[in-house]
Amino acid sequence: MIEPTRTLGARTAVAITAIALLVGACSSGNASPAASAPGASTPAESAAPGGSEAPSAGGEDLTGQSVTVIGTWGGTEQDAFFAMVKPWEDQTGAKVKYTGTRDLNTVLTTGVASGVLPDLAGLPGPGQMVEWADSLIDLGGVLDTATYTSETAAPLVQLGTVNGKLVGVFIKTAVKGLIWYSPKTIDIASGSTATWDDLKALATANKDKADAEWCMGVESGAASGWAGTDWIEDIVLRQAGPDVYNTWWQGTTKWTDPAIKAAFQTFGDVVANSYGGAKTINSTNFANGGDPMFKSPPGCLFHHQASFITGLGAFKTAAAGTDYDFVPFPDIDPAYAGSVEGAGDLFGMFHDTPAARSLMAYLVTAPAQDIWVKIGGALSANKNATSYPDDISKRSAELLQNAKTFAFDASDLMPTAMNSAFFAAIVKYVQSPDQLDAILADLDKTQVDAYAQ
Amino acid sequence: MDPRLGTAIVVVVGVPAVLIGYIWLTEQLLRAFGQRIRPKLRPWLWLAPALAFLGVFLVYPTLGTIVRSFENKAGTSFIGLDNYAWFFTNDASLIALRNSLIWLVALTAFTVGVGLLIALLVDRVRYETVAKSVIFVPLAISMVAASVIWSFMYFYVTPPEPQVGTLNAILEVFGIEPVAWLQVTDYAFNTILLVVVMAWMWTGFAMVILSAALKGINPELLEAARVDGASERQVFRGITLPLLAPTIAVVTTTMIITALKAFDIVYVMTSGNFDTQVVAFQMIKQLYDFGQPGRASAIAVILLLAIIPVMAINIRRFRAQEAIR
Repeated sequence: MIEPTRTLGARTAVAITAIALLVGACSSGNASPAASAPGASTPAESAAPGGSEAPSAGGEDLTGQSVTVIGTWGGTEQDAFFAMVKPWEDQTGAKVKYTGTRDLNTVLTTGVASGVLPDLAGLPGPGQMVEWADSLIDLGGVLDTATYTSETAAPLVQLGTVNGKLVGVFIKTAVKGLIWYSPKTIDIASGSTATWDDLKALATANKDKADAEWCMGVESGAASGWAGTDWIEDIVLRQAGPDVYNTWWQGTTKWTDPAIKAAFQTFGDVVANSYGGAKTINSTNFANGGDPMFKSPPGCLFHHQASFITGLGAFKTAAAGTDYDFVPFPDIDPAYAGSVEGAGDLFGMFHDTPAARSLMAYLVTAPAQDIWVKIGGALSANKNATSYPDDISKRSAELLQNAKTFAFDASDLMPTAMNSAFFAAIVKYVQSPDQLDAILADLDKTQVDAYAQ
Repeated sequence: MDPRLGTAIVVVVGVPAVLIGYIWLTEQLLRAFGQRIRPKLRPWLWLAPALAFLGVFLVYPTLGTIVRSFENKAGTSFIGLDNYAWFFTNDASLIALRNSLIWLVALTAFTVGVGLLIALLVDRVRYETVAKSVIFVPLAISMVAASVIWSFMYFYVTPPEPQVGTLNAILEVFGIEPVAWLQVTDYAFNTILLVVVMAWMWTGFAMVILSAALKGINPELLEAARVDGASERQVFRGITLPLLAPTIAVVTTTMIITALKAFDIVYVMTSGNFDTQVVAFQMIKQLYDFGQPGRASAIAVILLLAIIPVMAINIRRFRAQEAIR
């Protein structure tokens, strides 16, 4: 047996280690559930001095002042944003304090309730923006409104306006529902891509050139499933038309409605003909969803994703035009031809400080927008920002500006509860397509709750 | 100087200063009273700050949550038990309830069982410290980091690409089809896989506490039993286990509470998809994503009610022990 003194020593050591590690575990345990805490606390600290500062005597010298900004951008998008604000910082002497979070909605919901908010913030979507309209500053007096409305597509200005008050502007936009393909794999001119049936025929004709017809990836952390919601939206818009599309996101068309169910079934066909099947779709991040297209031998013929995919995954290193190209989403019902779905990152202002005003006004101008556009991966809402790095970006920007019917991403327009349930429903439907009726019935229940005031 | 540094200094120096100041002040105050009242009054004055903190940060929010759980979405009117009724009739919450139960039973059984086994096994080996350290280390990793580590373990790549996830790479060596582990919903298998992550972290904790209790058992007792001819199994059943019982109860309680609090692992690894949501996850979802503070409060109250019996048993046990002493 061990002699008493050693036992005591060992016991003390164990106790001390246990306490030390417990303390460590506790503190880390506390930090982890609020993964978004850094995002919430940074602006909290710096927002206070910013808000209490006396307005400077006009002009553009804002040396020593700072603007707190929260957004969803990380990685290359964050770098692009920094590049965009750099000239403003140099010119005014003010600083931008940016925090990127993937959980923007949680951070801002808490912020709106508690009053601890950044000066400027990306907004999760127009639906959420409407709910926060009272906390947001009217940008009518901040921006050069006449220039802004003349440079921006009317539907986008409209989407940022609540009760005649302009509260949100689009920092960048994207065209959704582009069908990407590799010219090295498939000769797109060998058939037509005008209608959905044409595209399906083209896919069948080229069946032996790839493992599967489609590539898909819907994993995206807490927002898993959204890539699939874009599919459903594109199909509803072209199969059931803009009217159903609108009543659907407004909550008056039920999910069990035959039009919506039919859209899920059309999407189900795509899932069934996808590379790797349900398991792959649900475990592949949306950014890498199209990667198998570039494999040798190719994993698939087509990939459906918004214009921003060119900045992500294997697209980033591939050459536009030679490695990949796109066709617009084909029309399904000829009655609704020419519809385009788009989305974008809205920006709003929570604190009216001189520096925040100055930055906000700067961000929507064509020179500022041009910086991001040139870096790639983004389209501008500003018509005068035209420095697109390649033909593909230029074509997608034109598609957005010339659309006969412009529809904003429906899931972003829905209340958060509906949006969140829609995302989850996609993951579930991909995994068990046979439970479609139960999934739609569940969404109906959420719809009743989500739209109730 | 960074203003945050100033704040840090104020906190580090200021908080102890205020506490010492308070004690000094109470002593000054006590001088005003007679010798006899002083000892009766002193503990209450010393307790007052702690009670105030408990009141503001625990009792008040708890009562607030209970009240809120009977209110509607906007908190404008009372709707009786509707929020509770919703919880027990909703498919998603019922699955969450089932999963939380799995977490509770599986996690507790595994950590306490395996923790005890390891504590006993390493008790008399030379490399005890090393073995225990290795098992204890995961506890120092944050939940999110552990979840990311295990995401790599369960990672699935579409064949014929080479499998980079540990488990699937092993299957590949034996020529078995890879499995998308976290999507296997049969028999709640994926929930069990998530429990494994938590068990990996907390087994070390159970082991360390149990091992410390094991060392606290008087060796003379064990030796006396052995001299009397008791087998090792009899010694364990008749002496070790009863003496360890209070510690096992404490560890079990801790693990039950840990299981009910489980959230991070689910959030990071599956985001509650594939039927892996747990009750705490539903609470966060209702509060932030669904904007239903009433329902979130109801879930919080349900969790609180679930913990109460465990705490009651613990307190009773504690009292009984005190009585023996």
